[in-house]
Amino acid sequence: MPADETTVQVDGLIYGYPGHAPVLQEISLKVTKGEMFGIVGPNGAGKSTLCKALNGLVPHFYGGTYGGSVIVSGMNTMKHTVAELSLKVGLVFQEPSNQFSGVSTRVDEEVAFGMSMMGFDRQEMSGRMTNALKQVGLEGLEDRSPYELSGGQQQRLAIATVLAVRPEVIVMDEPTAQLDPVGKTEVLETMHALNKEGYTIIVAEHEIEELATFADRIIALNEGKIILEGPTHGVLTQIERLRGIGVDPPSVTELSHLLANEIALKPEKYPITLDEAIALYRTTLEGNPS
Amino acid sequence: MSLIDVQDVWYSYGNEVMALNGVSLQIEPRETIALIGQNGGGKTTLAKQFNGLLKPTKGQVLVKGVATSKVPANKLALTVGYVFQNPSHQIFSSKVWDEVAFGPKNAGLAPQEIEARTEWAIDAVGLSGLEQTHPYDLDYGKMKLLTIASIMSIKPEVYCLDEPTTGQDHQGRKRVAELIRSLNDAGSTVVVITHDMKFVAEVVKRIVLVAEGKIVADGRTREIFEETDTLAGAQIRPPQITQLAHALAGLGVRQDLMTVREAADSILGMVHAGKGHSLGHA
Repeated sequence: MPADETTVQVDGLIYGYPGHAPVLQEISLKVTKGEMFGIVGPNGAGKSTLCKALNGLVPHFYGGTYGGSVIVSGMNTMKHTVAELSLKVGLVFQEPSNQFSGVSTRVDEEVAFGMSMMGFDRQEMSGRMTNALKQVGLEGLEDRSPYELSGGQQQRLAIATVLAVRPEVIVMDEPTAQLDPVGKTEVLETMHALNKEGYTIIVAEHEIEELATFADRIIALNEGKIILEGPTHGVLTQIERLRGIGVDPPSVTELSHLLANEIALKPEKYPITLDEAIALYRTTLEGNPS
Repeated sequence: MSLIDVQDVWYSYGNEVMALNGVSLQIEPRETIALIGQNGGGKTTLAKQFNGLLKPTKGQVLVKGVATSKVPANKLALTVGYVFQNPSHQIFSSKVWDEVAFGPKNAGLAPQEIEARTEWAIDAVGLSGLEQTHPYDLDYGKMKLLTIASIMSIKPEVYCLDEPTTGQDHQGRKRVAELIRSLNDAGSTVVVITHDMKFVAEVVKRIVLVAEGKIVADGRTREIFEETDTLAGAQIRPPQITQLAHALAGLGVRQDLMTVREAADSILGMVHAGKGHSLGHA
């Protein structure tokens, strides 16, 4: 595949739910194939709405006022149905149970359900199901009820139902927000592994210390507008601007910001992950110039 | 006499599995306590014993010296308020005001007292101006604040908050933190169930770690965060700053750091004492 292939292109997107003021205002962004793209921002910033605009739920399902364009895998979301779009872009919700069909009593049925709605044949479905469950590490749990699974397992099942369709882009709307630490780790690791396999992943996420370790680029949204965008390090070191919109930077980055003057540290050298911080402060405290 | 005294409590939801396996715990007035541990470990089951939402299968829980088995739950709720994790499990009125007024009304208080408490609680959680709003028109963070207000209006002595920061952004988290501090300053005991260790470090003085229906560790927040093996066994990571301090142990960094401010002061102290150098001169 060619390098730097744009998979998602959003131009001047404006959107308001029916009868409401716009919640997205002039959003423009590009996501490259294979990228892990993070969206941060306070509640109500428009993160979920943006996620829904990427798979066409906005505006097809919700209606409302819409301007600009969203192109995903070469498809303009206005010109294709949500069903057509779902073959190219899968959406994972915050609450796994919102994703479940409610009719399946087994994990494997749940994965098959989405595909059967899309008209896949039986043979094909079975192969894809096995594969998808393996990708999220749920093999062996095929006969369990989705509702017997732990939170992290449920969210991984939700991801599997999306994966089975083999989309090019996976959009996740705060997939770890309702999970305990074990579940969070399970889902974040799954996300990371899928990205390594080549999936383009766009994720709205509050866990900024986690995002710092694996996102390639990040946008910060506030009141429907993009406030910051760029490579992860550049965005997460804008301490004051992040705080200004109520986003907590990683603790180690805040620490470096507090010490910046005293240890003559420029923002481009701020650590954003624990490992980077350990390396930095080892050097600082050992007194050995690196 | 402890405010809440949990004495060798066992609890089963009706199957053979014990959700609590002989738990003993004392809670004193004006404490702030975090119940931490993985889901399914028994945190919520334990907290629901405090106000009689669940009653022990074996053992007993005394609230101000009286066994919860002898007092109806609605009476206990006046002493120990419980805020559920999921707001929709708690909210049933169609207006913010009515939701908050329900508790004191139900307790049979005089109308002017109901009004004063309702106004106070709504104001304290920052929902003034939204009195006539339908609770389900609030965003998730505000809905959770509403559920806290609807318990505050009862003025219980103990608050149990089940995952008050889940789904909250920075602003909501900060508000919950301030709320807990001010309730505690005013004399209340606050128990939070949470996975948010940064929040625990900033707000809560005592940690009770629950796993497999047992208390695995119980002590001051700072001390528990130093028990790295115990925490790792429960798959809990202390705050990032504490992890950083532990990784720098060999360099003389204080091991009990929990917050960004503490770490900054400590490292600055070391730099000024000549231990370390300015990176700019590297």
